[in-house]
Parts: sequence; structure tokens; C-alpha cells
Amino acid sequence: MFAEENGLRGDPRLQAISEAIRVVPHFPKPGIMFQDITTLLLDHKAFKDTVDIFVDRYRDMDISVVAGVEARGFMFGPSIALAIGAKFVPLRKPRKLPEYGTDCLEMHVGAVQPGERALVIDDLVATGGTLSAAIRLLERVGAEVVECACVIGLPENKGERRLNGKPLYILVEPRELCC
Amino acid sequence: MSACKDEDPRISNIKTRIRVVPNFPKSGIMFQDITTLLLDPKAFKDTVDLFVERYKGKNISVVAGIEARGFIFGPPIALAIGAKFVPLRKPRKLPGEVISEEYVLEYGTDCLEMHIGAVEPGDCALVVDDLIATGGTLCAAMKLLERVGAEVVECACVIELPDLKGRERLNGKPLYILVESH
Repeated sequence: MFAEENGLRGDPRLQAISEAIRVVPHFPKPGIMFQDITTLLLDHKAFKDTVDIFVDRYRDMDISVVAGVEARGFMFGPSIALAIGAKFVPLRKPRKLPEYGTDCLEMHVGAVQPGERALVIDDLVATGGTLSAAIRLLERVGAEVVECACVIGLPENKGERRLNGKPLYILVEPRELCC
Repeated sequence: MSACKDEDPRISNIKTRIRVVPNFPKSGIMFQDITTLLLDPKAFKDTVDLFVERYKGKNISVVAGIEARGFIFGPPIALAIGAKFVPLRKPRKLPGEVISEEYVLEYGTDCLEMHIGAVEPGDCALVVDDLIATGGTLCAAMKLLERVGAEVVECACVIELPDLKGRERLNGKPLYILVESH
């Protein structure tokens, strides 16, 4: 589900957020139009608006865990966690954490308790493979994943597309390369 | 300088939330794990607040965070003080044109990169990471910023390992830390 399908149609913040994202062609390999959010982070107002939109959505959903996917999920997740009073849990690529997991993503044992309500955050959802792994990690320790949130998502995520049965919430579509 | 001396009452709780993991990533290293700090919303908020209180209103236009744990603390600080956030990353992660700065590790070298155009001449910058050990990474970060004409105002870390004397590798730039670990 895109933000504009859920109450934010015409919200000028969304257009500014979209325009702050830079497209880098053929990165990391030919044919990929990479959606670079680092330019969004340079635009204080647009970055703040990005966080605020997520915070407004999640502050009353009783979320106790924000899980951010390394590394770009770390750029958005902590600010959201701080604003809604949740803990932040980094989901890391293998061997970065002192205790190993058994997935392509790792999470500390004990970081999340059974019954906790969790939000997963990353900068972009494409196939959904990474987010699916994140959902599985959280569910394995007994948490309930409430939603996955991304700044950017492919248009096929419009409507009620779910990942492992969990809803997706996305702010903007990928940008085209201009001129 | 550290916040320890006239110790702010928030510091002792922050310190207790940092977990020490022995022999990680290798034998003999006492790893300072800040992920447990992030599990305590009040302690995490206090950590960010201590930095924000120090830097708000000081005309800092850039907060540069070092991959990856600097990405956890840097953006909330940047947002609160009205600065842009610039990630300093390991090689080949940033998609656009970059400048690179090599630095020495215990065995071999590593490299830190920054996007060209992210930081402009005259920008006043704060460098953020979770921890300073030998100071090598922070030193590389400062060089990247200075190469594009920014002024590094200070380096800010949650934890310092003072026995490794990283402070001395900062070319006289000030360091602000919350917690020392010996």
C-alpha cells in the first residue's frame, strides 16, 4: 500500500521526498536504476518529513520494536523508534553481531521478546526477499510483525500486496532518470 | 573531553546499557556492544539528547556518520539540529561519484568513501561514530570532509577506549564522548 492510497493523496511532502531521491543508472550493475536515498538525507526538511510520516502512522499502533535492515534501514529506523518510544533492533548482514544467527540476516538473541509488536523498516522494497527474511527472523522469536515500511517501493506493491502475509507501507515509487 | 567529569545523571544508565562481549571479533578483544543501549528507549533517547544539547544552535550544517553504527546515532542528531546527514561508507556501497580515504588497520588497510557534492566548502561538520578506539576511522572521516573544504568542528562518540589513545590521532580536533571504557 502506498501512502497516497491511504490518506496522503496530494500531500506535498510526498512529492518533495520523491524529488529528493537521486537515480544512479547502472549501479551496482548495468540495467539497474539505483534509487539513491543519500540525497534525501541531505534535504533536512524532506528527511524530517519522511520520518514524520512514518511516526504519524505508527505512534498509536502499540509498536515496541522497530527493526531496521542494515545499512540504509539504520538511517531511518532509529529516528522512528525514538519518536514512538520503541526499541531499535538492527538486522545485520552475517558476522557483524557478536552472536550468530542462521539466516542471511542476523538479529541478536534476546533483543526481541515473544509477543512484541514489530515494525520492519528498509529504504526500498524490490522483490521483498530481504524483508521476508526480516519477518521470518522476528516471527521465529515470537514477535508479531505489524507492518513493513519502506521509503520506496515498486508500483506492483499498490493495493493490498503482502509479504509473508504482512502489509507493506510505502511512501513513493521509484524515480525515473530524467533527461 | 567527556561528559563523565561533572557527570550528567543520564550517563550512568547509558553506561550500564552497553554490553561488553569478550573475545569478539577475536580473542582478547572486549567488544563494546551498543545494541543493548538501543533496546532501552529512554537510554537511547538520553544518548541522542546529550549530543543534541551540545550541538544545537552551533551552526553545524553536516553530521557525517561512519558506517554502520554511526548511521544509528548520526541521523537522529542531524534531524534534531537541522543539519544534513552524510553517510561515510565502506568501498563500493555509495552509488554516485565518491572520494576515498584509505586508513591503516591492525592488519592491512581499509577505505572510507563519501559522495562528491554531499558536503560543500564552508560546511561545518560533526563526525559521529559509536566508538573511538585507535582513531584511524575517525581520522579518515575527518580527512574526507576537509578535502572537500568543510571544517570539522568536533568528533562525537558514545564510547572511548582511552587506552588506545585514539584522541591523539585527531590532529588536534576536539572529541566529545559520553562513556569511557578501560
